[in-house]
Amino acid sequence: MTTSTPDSVVTPDSVATPVPRPRKRAFAGRVRWWTYAFLFASVAVSAFPLYWMFVVSTNDSAAVSQTPPTVVPGGNFFVLAEQVFTTVPFVQSLANSFIVAGSIAISQMILCTLAGFAFAKLEFRGRDPLFIIVLITMMVPTQLAVIPLYMIMSNLEWIDTLQALIVPGMASAFGIFWMRQHLSTVLNNELMQAARIDGCSTWQIYWRIAFPLVRSAGFVLGLLAFVTAWNDFLWPLIVIQSPENYTVQLAIKALQRQYFVDYGLAMSGSFLATIPLLILFIFVGRKMVAGVMDGAFKG
Amino acid sequence: MVLSAPPRSAPAPQRPTSPKSTKSTGLKPRRRIKSASRVDAFAPYMYIAPFFALFAVFGLFPTIFTFYVALFDWNPIGGQTFIGLDNFVTLYGDERFWNAMRNTFSIWILSTVPQLLLALFLAQLLNNVRLKFANLFRMTMLVPYITSVVATTIVFASLFGRDYGLINSFLNLFGIDSIDFAANTFASHIMVSTMVLWRWFGYNTLIYLAALQAIPKDIYEAAAIDGAGGFKQFFYVTIPSLRPVIIFTIIVSTIGGLQVFTEPLLLSAPGLTGGAGRQFQTLSLFMYEQGFGNFQFGYGSAIGVTLFALIVVFSVINYLLSRRITSDD
Repeated sequence: MTTSTPDSVVTPDSVATPVPRPRKRAFAGRVRWWTYAFLFASVAVSAFPLYWMFVVSTNDSAAVSQTPPTVVPGGNFFVLAEQVFTTVPFVQSLANSFIVAGSIAISQMILCTLAGFAFAKLEFRGRDPLFIIVLITMMVPTQLAVIPLYMIMSNLEWIDTLQALIVPGMASAFGIFWMRQHLSTVLNNELMQAARIDGCSTWQIYWRIAFPLVRSAGFVLGLLAFVTAWNDFLWPLIVIQSPENYTVQLAIKALQRQYFVDYGLAMSGSFLATIPLLILFIFVGRKMVAGVMDGAFKG
Repeated sequence: MVLSAPPRSAPAPQRPTSPKSTKSTGLKPRRRIKSASRVDAFAPYMYIAPFFALFAVFGLFPTIFTFYVALFDWNPIGGQTFIGLDNFVTLYGDERFWNAMRNTFSIWILSTVPQLLLALFLAQLLNNVRLKFANLFRMTMLVPYITSVVATTIVFASLFGRDYGLINSFLNLFGIDSIDFAANTFASHIMVSTMVLWRWFGYNTLIYLAALQAIPKDIYEAAAIDGAGGFKQFFYVTIPSLRPVIIFTIIVSTIGGLQVFTEPLLLSAPGLTGGAGRQFQTLSLFMYEQGFGNFQFGYGSAIGVTLFALIVVFSVINYLLSRRITSDD
């Protein structure tokens, strides 16, 4: 057997070097009761606004505006939810948000891993200066350039389209930095040389070896990109006009605009728009916590 | 730390090569390597090209173009006239601009300082392997981060409501009169800052926690042997070790704090002024009002350029301060 496919040479398991968790560093003092008191208080503070959102969206406005206001959920959820769906094209806006956030997440996973791979493992002229440029672009507050960005979209005739929301977010400097970090620790040079000797092209090394190795880090990046895109507001507000192209955040705003004093409808919309992310969070929350603690800073 | 090169492993004499690859060191495979590397010479550039292309079109170009548009009286429908620095002259004489500037800084300080102190405190509490429910604490702290700013603002607007808000009901219990949070300048800043604080305190707590876990325990032991108690250890070991992370979080919250937009916009709906007296209009909202409310693209861009300059100045100050502090050690 003279030729061999890269798959037969290495499996991701054989090269994944586990990051050593230094046990010695762990702090293991006695936990006092007030530690729990403060921490449970912070849990309450974190969760209460969401609970309140649920309370208001399940009660009629009279129950919420009496003194003292009710603090338990009522049975009005479907009444308000139905109103949300009839007042704005809520299903459509949920779908739009899924399309936008999903496309951005997938695209960032692929493009950032690809560029991170190049910066971490390939030799080419100008690599280090180019990487420094990537880092510098992280510091550029592009939100301040929305007026010219709007002009560009206008020239592309992308105003009021979903691609105006998707395309600018398809790759990020942060994502490249993040994937490069992971690839340079996880993918060792011997493995790459072995693959080359076996006749792998650079693309094959990326697709068959590098990408599977950093799936987990790529997933965290995709999650963060998804959450950021799902919650984005300023740019959709500027570039989207017609209700059928609303993202879910714009739909909530439309509810609020029409019923300023009565919070019930806007709260119900907010709750409905937060549910998908909460469900996602139940399944992948631990991964996200690990990602944030691992340095997934969002600048 | 950030810029360090990837660890290059030295050519190990006993390279663990599989029998298959030892076999395949004949002439034929070698030729294949060479041809592959020739084809691959451009590959790295292809891999990084998508990011640079996207950034050039949707990041760099608009940023530079902002500086250009700011020199014009630019109306998307009417047309554009070159007016030099007139927009900036008008802007720096505009009381609305200075008002927005004051509001932005007030909200930034009111949200950042308590937020980072709280995060430091909570991270310290979480940093203990004997802590029970550790995952519950960490996960719920990240819930505000996944909640959208729009939803956050709507909930907090209801909680802070003048007539039926839960916070005023609570204050009434203690005989304190209801506060009209949106109408009063300082109270409205507290309201907006609370929203920002709520959204980010857990995130920063986790970042500090990760940094705390990286401090070797030996240092604490050495400090304890030298007679340093809990508080002394905190100020002489913990804080200095966390310095780079603290500076990082300050820079990030400065960049974020100068761009606070969604909260004041939704609170001032259906207007764009941040309250009847512009009491909580931030610079970003002022830019949006001029650019997309009044269609003064030139004037709006001048605000964008000013904000940009402010962010650069603050980042440089932070950087210089951090270098100075580090070199003092």
